[in-house]
Parts: sequence; structure tokens; C-alpha cells
Amino acid sequence: MSEEVKVFGAWGSPFSRRVELALRLKGVQYEYIEEDIFNNKSPLLLKYNPVHKKVPVLLHNGKPIAESLVILEYIEETWKSNPILPEDPYDKAMARFWAKFLDDKCLPALWKAGWSPENEREKAVEEACECLKTLEGALNGKRFFGGATVGLVDIAANFIAHWLGIIQEATGHELLSAEKFPHLFKWTDEFVSCSIVKESLPPRDKLLAFFKDRIAGAMDAPTEASK
Amino acid sequence: MAEEVVLLDFWPSPFGMRVRIALAEKGIKYEYKEEDLKNKSALLLQMNPVHKKIPVLIHNGKPVCESLIQVQYIDEVWHHKSPLLPSDPYQRAIARFWADFVDKKIYDLGRKVWTTKGEEQEAAKKEFIESLKLLEGELGDKPYFGGENLGYVDVVLVPFYSWFYAYEKCGNFSIEAECPKLIAWAKRCMQKESVSKSLPDREKVYGFVLQLKKAFGIE
Repeated sequence: MSEEVKVFGAWGSPFSRRVELALRLKGVQYEYIEEDIFNNKSPLLLKYNPVHKKVPVLLHNGKPIAESLVILEYIEETWKSNPILPEDPYDKAMARFWAKFLDDKCLPALWKAGWSPENEREKAVEEACECLKTLEGALNGKRFFGGATVGLVDIAANFIAHWLGIIQEATGHELLSAEKFPHLFKWTDEFVSCSIVKESLPPRDKLLAFFKDRIAGAMDAPTEASK
Repeated sequence: MAEEVVLLDFWPSPFGMRVRIALAEKGIKYEYKEEDLKNKSALLLQMNPVHKKIPVLIHNGKPVCESLIQVQYIDEVWHHKSPLLPSDPYQRAIARFWADFVDKKIYDLGRKVWTTKGEEQEAAKKEFIESLKLLEGELGDKPYFGGENLGYVDVVLVPFYSWFYAYEKCGNFSIEAECPKLIAWAKRCMQKESVSKSLPDREKVYGFVLQLKKAFGIE
């Protein structure tokens, strides 16, 4: 049976890159459709995600799925090679917990800390560092959050491995350092060094230029702008 | 093997209600522990150090946190009875999407309805009703979101029904007038013991909301 797999994404969005990474890890061929999310969303995107009108959207044999973590679970259940979630229900629950922590608390806090005006920065940085500290603890000396191999939580944490460092360079404010969070810092290296991961990340210089361009203006949280 | 299931909860929490319903649907015996959120127990802080929130499900001494994760965990461990998520991966994705939608919209918008006034409240009411209408659309002509039986989205959404009366009184509007199909669905769910025994009385919830308004100095 010929599978038709399409991904509607945006080159700079960590959320759409999560979906691409999961598909690549499982060796699934897909067609990628770039969306102009800031200025001109396509009629197809609006048709396939009428509720949120955002990327990423996965289209499998004509059927659409939205929300990156929902898509990741679908990919895991549909293509069985190179599992990204553990089998054991308790371990699976823990992976889901950390993925949700990343989306609900960590990424918004990191984004806010990166772009905060001077007077709000101290508090925002404090909150962001609390999140990073919690993640450092969750990693617990493992090579990946998923253990020996890249898993759901690693994929969900892609923002920290790649985008965060670039934002730090663009803004001149450091959040994640080897001194403060040694295990998490090492993890970012391990993660981006995986060849499949490397191939699935947006080019560093292009992202840096993008962030530098927008430094002066106010920005929404990554859930809005990058999706 | 003797299973030990403990639920740390707070009676008006819609998130706690989700877990109560799931446990009841599966016929699981458990110990319910009421938390005083102004004086959280050492057990709660130990079992949910990251968020320090209820509900916490403790299964044979191991904690699971976050209500959507807890309901999925319960469904996976006690998979032989009353399945909540469908077996087809695409249907499961649709169910997860709508559960995520409920989490993104209903609690926060509902909260805005009872904590704000004037234009802000009107905007919240409008978006709240719009969200419920989208859910009505997803329900369609099915008796439950899960089809013929109570499913994941039903369990995730129906707890808020116990808060509708409080929202209506505070917001001075009728949810039934705007979303009759959804109210009919909620009443259908309430016919099930697993739901009716898990949701508090709506007057009790309203009384609680009035207490909170007083404590926060909201008129």
C-alpha cells in the first residue's frame, strides 16, 4: 500500500521540526510543504487545521492531525520501528509528563527570559533557570531523556538543544551554560550530534539572522509565532 | 498482586474529577485523600515536587501527575475493561487533539468568566461559548464523544459541567441556550454512576466560587 505522508511546517518552527525528526527517525518518507506562517497561510493549512490554523499538520493518506505532541504519539503508534516511547505504562506516563512540562512551562519560560525587557528580565531568568534545573534533574545522568536512544522527550526538547543557543547569541543573554547545567548542556551536544537530528534542524545562520532581525520588535511566545 | 491506588485530590477540581471517573469506569478500588490546598500535605509535595498540584495518582507507591496523563495511564494499565481511548491510531489522535483543546480553552476561559467583569468578561463568555460550540461540532450526532460509550474526551470534558452553573450565575448567561446539544450530552453522561458520583453538586461548586470571589476581593 502506498503511504501518502505530508507535513505542513515552517522552516524555523521547533514544533514542525519535531514532527519531521520523528518521521526521519522511523525512516518514513514524507512530502514537506513550507507554510508562510507570518503572512500568508495556505488554504490547505486552514482546511486541515481549522481550529488552531497552525503548523505543524501531519496528513496521512488524506487525514489530518494537528498539535505536535499528538502527532508524535500518532507517528509512534503507526510506524513501529525505532520506538520513541517506552512500552511500560509507568515509564510512558513519565515521558509524557516531561514532554508536557516542556511545552507548558519550560519553553514559554525560556522564550520569555530570552526576550524580556530589562525590568522584567531578572524574574523571567529566574523562572527559566528553575525549569532548566528541573530538566537537569530529570535527565539524571542519562545520555538522552529517552535513555540510550533519542525518545519523545528529547524530540520535544529540541528547542533547548538548538534554538536556545541561537537566541542566546542573538540577545547576548545566557541561560544554559555548561557551568550551571552540565548534564543538560552535554545532552544538547549529544542530541545535535546525532546525524538524523542534525539533518532535521534549521540552519544556524538563517535562524540567527531571523532572531537578530526581530530583536527590536515585541514577540509572541513560540507557540504563537513559530507554529 | 494487591494493587494499591491512592488519589490525592480536591473536591471541586475538574482535573481530579477526570481521574475519579476513569477509576470508576474501570471499577478500581482506591483511597481518596482530600488535600487542603492552603496547607498541602508532605505526601503531595513529595509525590508532585515539580508542580505541587492535585490530582496525583499513586499506584503501588509510584506517582503519576497531570490529569490527561493519569487518565491515559489508567486506560493502559486496566485495559481489559471499559476502554476509554479508541484502538485505531487515527481515532486516538483525534481524541487526544480534542482533549488538548479542552485543556487549552475551557478551564482558563471559564475562570475568566467568574473572575472578571465588563468587557473582559463579555469577551471571555464569547470565546467560551465558541469553544463549546466547536466541541458540539465534534460530538455531532453521537451519544458520546467516544461513540456509543463514554470515552476519553467525555471523561476530560464532563467535569466542567459541574462548574457550568457557577459560570452562568457569575456571567449572567445560559450555556444551555447557546449549546443545547452539549448540555443534552452532559445530562446523558450524568446518567452514568461513574460520572454522577464523581462530580460535586453544582450548588456546592457555586458556593465555593462565591467564597473564592470574596477571598480574592472580586465582586
